Amino acid sequence: MPIDFLYPKFEVVRNPQRCIACRVCERQCANEVHRFDPALNLMESDESKCVDCHRCVSLCPTRALKIVETDHAFRKNANWSGEIISEIYLQAKSGGVLLSSMGNPAGHPIYWDKLLINASQVTNPSIDPLREPIETKTFLGKKTHDIKRDKNGHLVTETSPQLEISMPVMFSAMSYGSISYNAHECLARAAAELGIYYNTGEGGLHEDFYRYGAHTIVQVASGRFGVHKDYLEAGAAIEIKMGQGAKPGIGGHLPGGKIVGDIAKTRMIPEGSDAISPAPHHDIYSIEDLRQLVYSLKEATGYRKPVIVKIAAVHNVAAIASGIARSGADIIAIDGFRGGTGAAPTRIRDHVGIPIELALASVDDRLREEGIRQDVSLVAGGSVRSSADIVKAIALGADAVYVATAPLLALGCHLCATCFTGKCNWGIATQEPELVKRLNPEIGFLRLVNLLTAWKHEISEMMGGMGINSIEALKGNRLMLRGVGLNEKELQILGVRHAGE
Amino acid sequence: MISINAAGMDFISLNSILRETKEKKAVINNCEGQRYIGCAASGMDITVNGTPGNALGSYLNGGRITVHGNAQDAVGDTMNGGEIIIHGSAGDGIGLSQRGGEIYVRDSAGYRAGVHMKQYRDKTTVLVIGGSAGSFLGEYLAGGYIIVLGLTGDHCPISNFCAAGMHGGKIFVRGVLPPSLPRQVIAAEANAEDMSAVQPYIDKYCRYFGKDKDDILSKPFHMLTPDSKNPYKMLYVFN
Repeated sequence: MPIDFLYPKFEVVRNPQRCIACRVCERQCANEVHRFDPALNLMESDESKCVDCHRCVSLCPTRALKIVETDHAFRKNANWSGEIISEIYLQAKSGGVLLSSMGNPAGHPIYWDKLLINASQVTNPSIDPLREPIETKTFLGKKTHDIKRDKNGHLVTETSPQLEISMPVMFSAMSYGSISYNAHECLARAAAELGIYYNTGEGGLHEDFYRYGAHTIVQVASGRFGVHKDYLEAGAAIEIKMGQGAKPGIGGHLPGGKIVGDIAKTRMIPEGSDAISPAPHHDIYSIEDLRQLVYSLKEATGYRKPVIVKIAAVHNVAAIASGIARSGADIIAIDGFRGGTGAAPTRIRDHVGIPIELALASVDDRLREEGIRQDVSLVAGGSVRSSADIVKAIALGADAVYVATAPLLALGCHLCATCFTGKCNWGIATQEPELVKRLNPEIGFLRLVNLLTAWKHEISEMMGGMGINSIEALKGNRLMLRGVGLNEKELQILGVRHAGE
Repeated sequence: MISINAAGMDFISLNSILRETKEKKAVINNCEGQRYIGCAASGMDITVNGTPGNALGSYLNGGRITVHGNAQDAVGDTMNGGEIIIHGSAGDGIGLSQRGGEIYVRDSAGYRAGVHMKQYRDKTTVLVIGGSAGSFLGEYLAGGYIIVLGLTGDHCPISNFCAAGMHGGKIFVRGVLPPSLPRQVIAAEANAEDMSAVQPYIDKYCRYFGKDKDDILSKPFHMLTPDSKNPYKMLYVFN
C-alpha cells in the first residue's frame, strides 16, 4: 500500500568518473544493494536495501562510493520526528514489536562527557609512566575484612578466588550465535594475550575455545544453554546473567533459523528450534534464591572460581546490589542502559534502565555505607568508549569495566545497528560462512590487542598525571573528578564537586 | 561404599566428602536438609535417607541419586545425565532446564516442574511424576517427556498455566485435562504409538516404586504437544 512506502534512509552516491565497474561492491554486499547492468556496462544500486555499513565504501578500489543520509524528509516537526512517523507506518503494516540492534542511540545525557579528570601541578608532582612504573594490574573478588594470623603468628594469606587482570578492562558477554566463531576467536586470543578475560555470553563455549579457558568467563543465563559440568569447569569465573542493560527485565530469543550446526551443538539444543531465554530465571524469585544458584555453582566447581552476578542498571539498583553482595557472589557486574545488544525491542532499549555512571556511583555509595564494599568487586559496563571513560569509571568506584561495542568496532563493526538481519558484512554478527571468513582472526586479534594496549598507555598517562601510580589508589577516588554542566542533584548522586569548586 | 551420618553436618562439609571420596557408592543417613547433594556428580550412586535440601543433583552429569524421603526445591536443576529417584514428593522447580537424564518422583511435585526442559542429540530427558503437579508445569518446554500419572485420585493432576510457551517436547497426562490450556498447545488422547515412546519410563516407574503397570495403563493418557518450535516468529518487525 502506498502509505506503507518508506523512502530509503540512505543514498548510494557513485562517482561515475571513478567507477571502473569492477563489481567489488556487488560481491561484498550481502544486502544486494549493488548490481551490474551489462547492457549499459554500469553499476546500479538499490539503496532501499542499504544499511550504511560502509563495507562497499571501504573496499572500493577507486574511492568511487559514499553513503549519505537522505535529505528526503517529512515536514519538520519537533514532536513528530520522521523516525517516529516511519515506525508507526511499520507497525501499522506488520503488527510487530519494533526490534533494534546495538546500544541506545537516543540523546540522553552522557555523564562521562560531563566529568573531567584532575592532574597534578606544582605540589604532589605527576609521574612519568615512561620513567616510573604505573600499576594497572588489579584483582577482582571478595577481599578480606581483617588481617588474620595463625597460631604461630604468621599471616593467613588465603583469600577467596580472585580474577587477576593486567588492566581494569574485560570483554563483556557476547554469545556464540549472536556473533561469529571468528569474532569469538579474536576475543579469546586477545584476552589471553592481554592477561584479561572475555565472556562467552549465554550461548555456551565452542569446543575449540576450551583451551582459552584460563581467560574465559562462562555465563549462566535463564536459558541455561550449553551449561554443564565441563563448561563450568572450563572457565576462570562463572557469571550469572540476571539482566542486560540494553533490555532490562526481558528475556532473549535467538530465532530457530540461526540455531544451526555448531551453534546448536554449543547451545546443546536441536537445530531449528528457537533458543528462548525466559525473562526471569525460573528458580530465582528472591535474593535467597539467587544465593542458592551462586552456591550451587560454587559447589559444582569446588569453590575454586569467583561467581559474578550481572544485572542491568535500573531504578533500584543500589538496593539490589546490596542484596547481591549478601548472596555470596564475588563480583557484581552492572550494565548501563546504553549497553549493546544483538537484538532488543526498540522501545525497551531506548526507554528502560538508567545511565551506568549514576548507577555505579550509587551502588558504590550504598555498599560503603553498609560496610560491605569489600565483599564484592564492581564491574561497570554499558557504553564505556575510551580510556578516559575507564579512568572516570574507576574513580567513581568501579574495580574494572566491561567493554563490547568498542572491541567490535576494532574488529570492523561500523555501528550500522542491523545485527538482527544476520547479514553482517564485516563477518561479526553473522553465521553465514562466506561472511564469517571476512573477519580474519589473525588480524582481528591483533587489532584488539592494539586497542587495549593503547588504552593501557593512556590510562597510565592519566594516572601519572594525577600523581597516582596504581589502580588501587584510583578506585573510588572521586576527588579526582569534577563535574561540568551538572545540577546539584546529579553532582550529589555522582558524589563529585563541580569544576571550579 | 562410604556411609555418612549427616546429622548436624553443614552442607559444605557433607558435599566436600562426596566430592573427594574415591568410593563410587555413598549412603547419607539422617539427612537434614543439606543443599546441593550430588551437585555436578558423575558416575556415583548416592542414597539419601532423610530429607535432602534444595538443588539436589543440580548439574548432575551421570550416576544415580535415590532419596528415601521427600525432596525439596530445584531437584535436578540443569541436569545433564543420570537418574534421580525420589521415594516421596518433591518441592518446586524440579527438573528446571533439565537437558538429559531421568527423574522419577513417586508422589507429587510442586510448582514449576519441568520448566524449560530440553532435549539434545541422543539424550532423552524424562520427568515422571506419580501424583499431581502444581501450576506452570512444563512452561517453555523445549524437549523431553514429562509424564504425570495422577495416582493421587480422579481429579485433574495438572494445574494452571501448564505448558505456557511450550515449543518442543511432549507432556503426557493420565486422566482428565484442565478446562483450559494455552493456545499454542495441542492436546489429544495419546494413541498406542504415542504411548510406546514413554512405555519404558512407565515400566521403570513401576519397577522402582512397586506399582502395578496394568492399573496405571487402565486409564487413558492425554498428550500435549506444541504447534510450533518457533513460537515468537511473527512477533517482531525489524526497525
